[in-house]
Amino acid sequence: MMAGIILACSIVLLLQFFVSYCRSLIAVSSKQILSAEVKDVTGIQRLASGDDFKRVMQLLQLCPERPEDRNSVQAIGVYFSLLNFLRSTLARIVPSTLAWTELERGHCAYFAAVALERRISFSRDMLAQQMDS
Amino acid sequence: MLGPYEYVIWLICTLLEASVLVCAIRKGAFRRYFLLNFYMATSVVASIARYKFLHDFGFNSREYIYFYYYSDALLTVLLYFALSSLYSHVFSELKADRYLRMGTIFLLSGTALFSYAVVQQSSAKLVTHFVVELSQNLYFVGLVLTYVLWAAILKMRETRTQLIQLVLSLGVYFSLFAANYAVQNLHRTSGSFLEALTPLFGCFLPLSWAYTFWHVPEEARTVPSRLAVVPR
Repeated sequence: MMAGIILACSIVLLLQFFVSYCRSLIAVSSKQILSAEVKDVTGIQRLASGDDFKRVMQLLQLCPERPEDRNSVQAIGVYFSLLNFLRSTLARIVPSTLAWTELERGHCAYFAAVALERRISFSRDMLAQQMDS
Repeated sequence: MLGPYEYVIWLICTLLEASVLVCAIRKGAFRRYFLLNFYMATSVVASIARYKFLHDFGFNSREYIYFYYYSDALLTVLLYFALSSLYSHVFSELKADRYLRMGTIFLLSGTALFSYAVVQQSSAKLVTHFVVELSQNLYFVGLVLTYVLWAAILKMRETRTQLIQLVLSLGVYFSLFAANYAVQNLHRTSGSFLEALTPLFGCFLPLSWAYTFWHVPEEARTVPSRLAVVPR
């Protein structure tokens, strides 16, 4: 009984913390302006749409991985799946959540574009170091 | 017996814990978040010592099992104090350090007494079971305290992004472990899927803290109400 209550509380709080944590990661990246090059590659000009996410993630996987952003990219991937789940379930019953999930999905896509920008500059730095040596 | 998967996760986790210290030192956050870094340093030392015990005595030896659970309890208590240091950061302007310290000790003693009362009725190996019970209970107390701290951050409109991310990642970590312990208590089966996931959960905290120290500058600010699940 006690373990069941603890489990229920933990799952509710886990969801709460996880969503807030993902939104804090997104908030930090939303202040970064994308370079013209990344804008061209991703097709994101000012506001990103949730539909861009999959494409940007595919581009992200083409770049060499940076160990320090692996965790955050995965976390946002899980958050995006959670939003898709909400969009296909709760948003059908409560239409007002549809606009919110769309906005959040767009933020996720923008976060992925910022991560792409970081990975591109990381690859360039590595290449420059190799050329120097 | 530990397999290659467990060894690899163990190594990665230890390296990540060390990387938190490196990131904190490089970004000048070591002293600011001293207790958090002290916890990570102790985790690295405990990992190395556990490996030594495993190598010298074997996985099923009493020495290794005792050392594992006692060091785990010590680390949980340290993490609990690290959490209380985050309270000090949030409430720094209220000059409530003394009350926070008293509250921390009072709650820790209460949790220890509760754990003792639970194991006293049902255990022959009192001290060992007490240590395990204390660890599990402290994870849940830590989770509740992190939630209270998050509520205080929202209420007091704390804007330091670094501090917010440290608190939120600690909340995710505590809730993962509290849920994991609860599932294990509900279904006492070994070799389950969750048991294989447990070492991965341990990697979350050092990864997220290293990311925060490395990527989020001290002066970065966020409006916390924008992060809440329920808009305020």
